[in-house]
Amino acid sequence: MKILVPVKRVVDFNVKIRVKADGTGVDLANVKMSMNPFDEIAIEEAIRLKEAGKAEEIIAVSIGPQKAQETIRTALAMGADRGILIKCDDEVEPLAVAKLLKGVVDAEKPDIVILGKQAIDDDSNQTGQMLSALLGWPQGTFASKLELDGGKARVTREIDGGLQTILLNMPCIITTDLRLNEPRYASLPNIMKAKKKPLDEKTAEDYGVDITPRLKVLETVEPATREAGEILATPEDLVEKLKTQAGVI
Amino acid sequence: MGVLLIAEHDNTSLNAATARAMSAALAISKDVHILVAGNGCSSVAVEAGKLEGAAKVLLAEAPHLENHLAEELAALTEPLAKQYEAVLAPATSVSKNFMPRLAALLDVAQVSEITAVKSPDTFERPIYAGNAIQSVQSSDAIKIITVRTTTFEAVEEGGSASVEKIDAPASVGLSDFIGEELSSSDRPELAAARVVVSGGRALGSKENFVKYIEPLAEQLNAAVGASRAAVDAGYVSNDYQVGQTGKVVAPELYIAVGISGAIQHLAGMKDSKVIVAINKDEEAPIFQIADYGLVGDLFEILPKLQSELSKSSG
Ligand SMILES: Cc1cc2nc3c(=O)[nH]c(=O)nc-3n(C[C@H](O)[C@H](O)[C@H](O)COP(=O)(O)OP(=O)(O)OC[C@H]3O[C@@H](n4cnc5c(N)ncnc54)[C@H](O)[C@@H]3O)c2cc1C
Repeated sequence: MKILVPVKRVVDFNVKIRVKADGTGVDLANVKMSMNPFDEIAIEEAIRLKEAGKAEEIIAVSIGPQKAQETIRTALAMGADRGILIKCDDEVEPLAVAKLLKGVVDAEKPDIVILGKQAIDDDSNQTGQMLSALLGWPQGTFASKLELDGGKARVTREIDGGLQTILLNMPCIITTDLRLNEPRYASLPNIMKAKKKPLDEKTAEDYGVDITPRLKVLETVEPATREAGEILATPEDLVEKLKTQAGVI
Repeated sequence: MGVLLIAEHDNTSLNAATARAMSAALAISKDVHILVAGNGCSSVAVEAGKLEGAAKVLLAEAPHLENHLAEELAALTEPLAKQYEAVLAPATSVSKNFMPRLAALLDVAQVSEITAVKSPDTFERPIYAGNAIQSVQSSDAIKIITVRTTTFEAVEEGGSASVEKIDAPASVGLSDFIGEELSSSDRPELAAARVVVSGGRALGSKENFVKYIEPLAEQLNAAVGASRAAVDAGYVSNDYQVGQTGKVVAPELYIAVGISGAIQHLAGMKDSKVIVAINKDEEAPIFQIADYGLVGDLFEILPKLQSELSKSSG
């Protein structure tokens, strides 16, 4: 069995981003970049399936600038077998990403694609679902547990009211939620080994996909900011303030 | 062309998020139809018809629609969507699951979690955990939109839209529903509560969470929330998580207990009207956005706070 895991290079989750004053976007110069945390969980899940003898090969694919190959190398250092970089310098919307991934799926014929449920930069939460639609495959989104058995995937999903379990035909799409697993760190020897693993470079044209955006970003602004309030001395003061000043209790 | 609004429900009653998403729908078009898809949910359709501004309710009932599986909902809505300029749904776990699938079937983009409608084709949405707000204009013929309901007021009741039954296509049969483990609580629903009391890693155990957070919530008739760290540690279940990748809430009063205030947590609660932080570290980032803060040990502060509250209400 083959597993495909798309990985995205995003601003590190610890960075507090700054909005450019002229409204043209977010300032990404000299900002620490990392693999999207949900994609680390996706890679980890794929590796665990391989370690359990349920998968033979893990392919990590990234769509992004040349530097996204660092993200692929991270995936390879964690345990993916080979990488594909589809080079795109501009931002690619989830629908176009899904179309490119469909191209990769058609060429590589994986049995499962495991994606992060959302990228922590655009917070769209769309790509996995869109890829499922384009392929006509079932989807197990926001997964906190994945079991492969008897040619089906049993997925426990985090939903608004708690947990839901569904059974999917294979091949299928999985998107990861936080509690699916705890991703490993790559060891130094594995980081060295990863440098020798194969990494192919492709372009959107190779897959015949039009990546023209459908949405036009008119402006990017700072959200309304909140001022720090007051530190109170006692719980008694707090109750008093909530009653008389804030009027919320 | 009008707008199709997807109702959020559990086959028994209409979720309050729908009335809020209705406000967003009406800002795009005055001609809003509501789709109620499920099984044995005709009473939900009647409820939906009462929403102010509803022009018509479409009711699709079938056994395979009962559990709102994405594959089935997308197959149902694909042909319907083509009759509208936009399809909207409140951003719940059901719509986050099926709406992007629908968008891809229609070959259009989705605009996720809008917080404002600037014009029928231009919307505001938060990115980077709410640390930037983007205005985006859609050039697609059909706009697929999920609505962050905290920023839209619920419409009143007062409509009397008729209910029209529509046929559901046959099951696509790609996936099966096995079961659900839903949290049961007497507390108000987190996403809709007027007061939320949230606990963090500092609670230290499930027992402490029950002992310290629950009674305070009960006293304030509040919903209970949590940070990711508290959920990961198993103090409460996943549906309590507030934040960038959990639930977004904006109650009148949000009390954060033993929560540091990571960007990802703030993303889910910083639009609350009044924020109270209780933390032993006066440098904790949560204090930078809190209206009122108490610096100290929560295990000492919470019992005192409870007795003050009962004094003042008694
Ligand atoms: C991809 C991703 C998504 C995430 N999504 C979310 C999300 O949706 N929601 C979310 O909440 N987090 C999310 N996080 C996690 C987030 O980054 C933080 O790790 C998390 O919010 C921390 O939880 P906490 O504040 O409870 O714990 P900590 O950061 O450990 O804070 C505990 C606080 O308790 C205080 N404390 C300790 N003991 C006491 C005491 N006795 N009395 C009073 N105060 C005390 C400490 O001073 C500290 O400030 C996400 C992270 C990632 C990478």
